Amino acid sequence: MSRKPKLGVFKFASCDGCQLSMLDAEEHLLGIAGQVDIAYFLEARSHIDAGPYDVALVEGSVTTAHDAERIQEIRRKSKTLITIGACATAGGIQALRNWHDVDDFIRYVYAHPDYIQTLKTSTPIADHVQVDFELRGCPISVEQLVELITSVVLGRKPRFPNESVCMECKRQGTVCVVVAQGTPCLGPVTHSGCGSICPAHNRGCYGCFGPKENAQPLGLLRDYQSHGCDQRQLVDLVRNFNGYSPEFREAVEQFETSISSDNA
Amino acid sequence: MTVSAPFPSVNRLDPWKAHSAKICAVFEEVPGIKTYELELEPAGVRDEYRFQPGQFNMVYLPGFGESAISISSDPGSPGRLLHTVRAVGNVTNALARKQTGDQILLRGPFGSWWPLENCIGQDLIIACGGVGLPPLRPVIYEIVRRRKEFGDVSILYGARRPEDLLFTNEYESWRKAGIQLEVTVDLGNLGWTGHIGVVPTLFERLDVSPAQTSVFTCGPEIMMRFVIQEAQDRGIASERIFLSMERNMNCALGLCGHCQLGPEFICKDGPVFSFDRMEPYFHMEDF
Amino acid sequence: MTSGRLTIGAFVSIDKDQLQTLLECLQQVGYRTIGPQVRDGAVVYDDLASVNQLPVGQIDIQDGGHYRLEADESAGWFDYVVGPHSLKNFLFPARETIQQLTLQDGSWASTTPEVEGPPLAVIGVRGCDLNALKIQDRVFLEGPYVDPHYQARRERLFVVAVNCRRAAATCFCHSMGAGPAVSPGFDLALTEFTDRFVVEVGTDRGGEAMKTVPATLCSVEDIQTAKDVPKQLEKQMHARKPEDGHPQPRELDTTGIKELLLGNLQHPRWDDVAERCLACANCTMVCPTCFCSTVGEVTDLTNENVLRERTWASCFTGDHSYTSGGVVRPSVKSQYRQWLTHKLASWIDQFDSSGCVGCGRCITWCPVGIDITEEVAAIRGEDI
Repeated sequence: MSRKPKLGVFKFASCDGCQLSMLDAEEHLLGIAGQVDIAYFLEARSHIDAGPYDVALVEGSVTTAHDAERIQEIRRKSKTLITIGACATAGGIQALRNWHDVDDFIRYVYAHPDYIQTLKTSTPIADHVQVDFELRGCPISVEQLVELITSVVLGRKPRFPNESVCMECKRQGTVCVVVAQGTPCLGPVTHSGCGSICPAHNRGCYGCFGPKENAQPLGLLRDYQSHGCDQRQLVDLVRNFNGYSPEFREAVEQFETSISSDNA
Repeated sequence: MTVSAPFPSVNRLDPWKAHSAKICAVFEEVPGIKTYELELEPAGVRDEYRFQPGQFNMVYLPGFGESAISISSDPGSPGRLLHTVRAVGNVTNALARKQTGDQILLRGPFGSWWPLENCIGQDLIIACGGVGLPPLRPVIYEIVRRRKEFGDVSILYGARRPEDLLFTNEYESWRKAGIQLEVTVDLGNLGWTGHIGVVPTLFERLDVSPAQTSVFTCGPEIMMRFVIQEAQDRGIASERIFLSMERNMNCALGLCGHCQLGPEFICKDGPVFSFDRMEPYFHMEDF
Repeated sequence: MTSGRLTIGAFVSIDKDQLQTLLECLQQVGYRTIGPQVRDGAVVYDDLASVNQLPVGQIDIQDGGHYRLEADESAGWFDYVVGPHSLKNFLFPARETIQQLTLQDGSWASTTPEVEGPPLAVIGVRGCDLNALKIQDRVFLEGPYVDPHYQARRERLFVVAVNCRRAAATCFCHSMGAGPAVSPGFDLALTEFTDRFVVEVGTDRGGEAMKTVPATLCSVEDIQTAKDVPKQLEKQMHARKPEDGHPQPRELDTTGIKELLLGNLQHPRWDDVAERCLACANCTMVCPTCFCSTVGEVTDLTNENVLRERTWASCFTGDHSYTSGGVVRPSVKSQYRQWLTHKLASWIDQFDSSGCVGCGRCITWCPVGIDITEEVAAIRGEDI
């Protein structure tokens, strides 16, 4: 590549945690800055380059009409668009509103609800524009981000194995919390990438990296339920950062249906 | 007092170690497909390097990875190593950006080969599609050089469009050597006066003596399936039909497990198999 | 008391505490000693400085998707069986750099990293795992290519095996001809008695390691009693009588198993198991013989320093069978079928032995308790 690729980092509805992860990658940041032209990154610098961009990293989900227009413009200006994190990829924790009436929330939370303009739903970027690559996680992993940027610079496929959290656990020698302790864990249906942090600390996986390929969360939930796990807690476990991803969403909706029909 | 622990000294020949190769020339065959002429380094390695027609090398670009690529050059001139490669994945796209004078790495040669020596005095049908021709070109060179040792030899070759046909400047020399070459395309264009249709339909043009004929085929699995069908319909036994299989080859050593197909490791038991070994699994979906 | 080096085939008796002497002796000559110990509710293999770390008095209750440790008054030093780890974790590590490359003056130079660290001595290896070791030897050492990294560790490995006195309900080594008695291949093999261990010497190296351990030669009767321990257990396993309140012990009928599985590739049971299987790959990770791996590139931003890193891989991913033309085995059904038919059938063609040693890890560590013995029985058409 003769010139350095232009990188833009854009924020939508999110906690900024993924952008902060980028800033956390201090040891790599200097190297990255040497290899790419950071053209737009409000969290890091005030300089604004209006584009076009070779690569857009998009954090956050679409929750306002303005955002829905803005993402179209970013897409038009960007050769490659990559979503970073669970909000951009699956709607994020704020997608919990999608199962409720958002006006109720606004009434409870804000003194002057009339000032609030928001959509009824929080939706992933891919619902609005074509996404070239999704970087999973809540937040994203610094290692994966560096691997992604390196891959963009070198023009190669990033090395992100498409596999379960369990494979990471087993490679690390972590004892399975499901089998040895009966702790419900989403590891078997969740994409790897986090380094299996939670099971390594004796907790079940929260599914931060979203569904893995061929995920069958419904089977897992029913199995946990048959071993005495509380149904409501299981629903809450999946309806979380990535709860609005199609695989988790459908599984929980079917699981809830089976709960209500059991109770009937 | 201590006990002596006889830790044996380890004698290691590392099969992971790659050779260096310099790109001497790059030929654009058709859009998206290039042939790379490689010179192994140092000269000692080059002089010792030998391969059989149908074998492959693991072409390695550090930072990108390895890709199993068949050798498309004449086994009679092993010092002039050619790979004909379609830029389709991570490694092959990176290779497409390389230029004359650049260095790449490779391991090999690996795998089984076309059993040409068992076909002496026999008829041979070479049926291939698209980039299925490069793995068979070493066989063609060998036959051209030793033409009298074989009976009727025919090549059935097809590509999607006329402009996708590979090695067109060599067809004349193959025909001159007494090889029946039949070419077809899936989609013709204004200038195309040749056959239109898939490769297996070219069998109609052949006069086959099944008892003394072998078939070598390479191409997409669906094409090979119909080629094999045509061959079997003409009475050619499964043991005399040879095909080159593609699977995910990560190590080429039979150690990584990726390329398995039933009992076979495609990398070390193949890629060239007689069809009777593949027959039990060939039509099995997702196997 | 014995004196001097013991010869191969010798049986001696040692006080239980003398296992510590053996451990120290191995450490003194430079071994890194590994042994069973409790971590996070399971018996795992890790560095064993002292026999005090052994899970003495513990047993493991295992079933499909279930593992719990329990204190048991009658339990000895080795009456738990196998946990999630096996020798594979040490000889064929989950992550390993197999080549290092650097770009120097525009040209790549590669080196093979030396296998680092001291040689390993593993205490407590069971019959099933000793057989699994021999199966991995065939893969990594006895084919046309030898893996130098495995070889470097394997050749220096010291094995202290243990004859099992107890089986978990998930154990079916007796069906696979892989246990419970340990077969040759160990340096030393222990059989536990109430107050002592009987030690069988398997190699000269083993005999030498015993030189400083106070021991008495066994009588013919003692040797017979020791040999009867695993035989007795094998009889119990064949009887399949559950311990009080414990799950039903397993068995696997291997009669004509290659033909059974490869002849039933379209059996409806594959669809059935695909409904339950999560393709999480836990079975392949804990399997002591599964050897699939992927080599990937680890680079810096400038791509001037590259590590080729080999990691455990699994047939339960699409990546495993990826080709430029698509994924060969994209569905859970095709992935489970690949695993089971490879493990129990095509493995026989490839390596002249089954790929299964009946350790039962794939049953226990499957989060939804899919049971290899049950799946085979279903394909055989048995009521389950």
